[in-house]
Amino acid sequence: MRTIESEIIINKISDLCGEVNFNLPQDVVDAVKTYIKNDNSIADNILNEILENAKIAKQDKIPLCQDTGTANFFVKIGKDVKIVGDYDISTAINKGVSNGYTKHYLRKSIVCDPLARVNTKDNTPANIYCDYVDGDKIEITMLAKGGGSENASFLKMLTPLDGWNGVKNFVIESVKLKGANACPPIIAGLGIGGDFASVGLLAKKALLRSIGSNNKSKFYDDKEKELFDEINKLNIGPMGLGGVPTALAVFIETKPCHIASMPVAINIQCHSCRRKTIII
Amino acid sequence: MKITIEQLLQNTDNYKAGTKIELSGTIYTARDQAHKRLVELIQQKKQLPINLVNTCIYYCGPCPNSPTQIIGSCGPTTSSRMDVYTPEMLNNGVKILIGKGKRSPEVIKSIKENKAVYLLATGGIGALIAKKVKSFKLVAFEDLGPEAIYKIEVENFPLIVGIDSNGRKLL
Repeated sequence: MRTIESEIIINKISDLCGEVNFNLPQDVVDAVKTYIKNDNSIADNILNEILENAKIAKQDKIPLCQDTGTANFFVKIGKDVKIVGDYDISTAINKGVSNGYTKHYLRKSIVCDPLARVNTKDNTPANIYCDYVDGDKIEITMLAKGGGSENASFLKMLTPLDGWNGVKNFVIESVKLKGANACPPIIAGLGIGGDFASVGLLAKKALLRSIGSNNKSKFYDDKEKELFDEINKLNIGPMGLGGVPTALAVFIETKPCHIASMPVAINIQCHSCRRKTIII
Repeated sequence: MKITIEQLLQNTDNYKAGTKIELSGTIYTARDQAHKRLVELIQQKKQLPINLVNTCIYYCGPCPNSPTQIIGSCGPTTSSRMDVYTPEMLNNGVKILIGKGKRSPEVIKSIKENKAVYLLATGGIGALIAKKVKSFKLVAFEDLGPEAIYKIEVENFPLIVGIDSNGRKLL
């Protein structure tokens, strides 16, 4: 059994909060670059601003976006790891968020109660999702998720006979309704299956994939391409001002579900897709 | 086109939807909770912490500044959340709005009636926008943290006219 001090987790998470908010992932930078035409259009202007912003953020350690987000953590804990020290893993991650958001001058965007709305002043609590796997390591992926794109996300309980067309209509109508407000070009994370509680998490986990990666299933890989083409025909464009791209990627995650159900959720991600994985 | 807030206020009719501008001057940040408080103060006929007449309101909750920076990341937030309070703000003298995304038909009507203008900033480029800020000062509602009202001096803030004073819109 390998032991890991909880203090190490706190320090790694604190650093990760800064890295995630200052560095746009290379796959996102590369995807944006492919659409640059240098034609002086509004769309092109915005794409160039996104690339310039990424350079400034990295160089000067200024957050890519003022909405440094809800801190989401997807944790895979090896069965041969034991966490020792003062804190359990959730407490250690939250302490890391508190330290990191303060140390790196990131915005504190969490309120303690949805109606009372008093700021917790350290961006905690984080959303932490743990899975247990083989091995003696801990893998942690952070996704700093802004509120604007989160507000453009939807969940619907479709039924089995709605089929693929039902899913497709739901996705297109969702993007038509709120896509312009979600800082496009977007990444659409789609969850299909599971139940009411799990389908939203599927959609969120879909956002962790790298742009350009293929779905493991040929069937769903084709469906992703179909939705990608349909969304990009909507002409919503960068910041909703027309042109291409509206979406940089569509990712689908699925799960078995009840014979009566077909839950579907779309979690929209803005162009500032801030995520990074570390292994301890 | 480089313009100052004063030039824009002199004749808002001159700036049609779709015009790219680089704006310089004094703007005030206000988002959800600050709007709620300002409109409540207006309704209770109480003193406001800022003069709204001919004011430019920026929907923004900035990041805190580090000791070596004037301001942290400071891009726009989604404007439509403020739609319910915007006509009241415009009727009380606000002339320039800066944010991102679509507005309601009521807001568009009120912009036209008040000869105001709605400017679009690019979302998700708060580090780039921070470079256009020359000063940053807390003005009111400190307890709201990022949602407080801050006075910001900007120089060449890149924007596009989203809704002009005749109610024509870009999105």
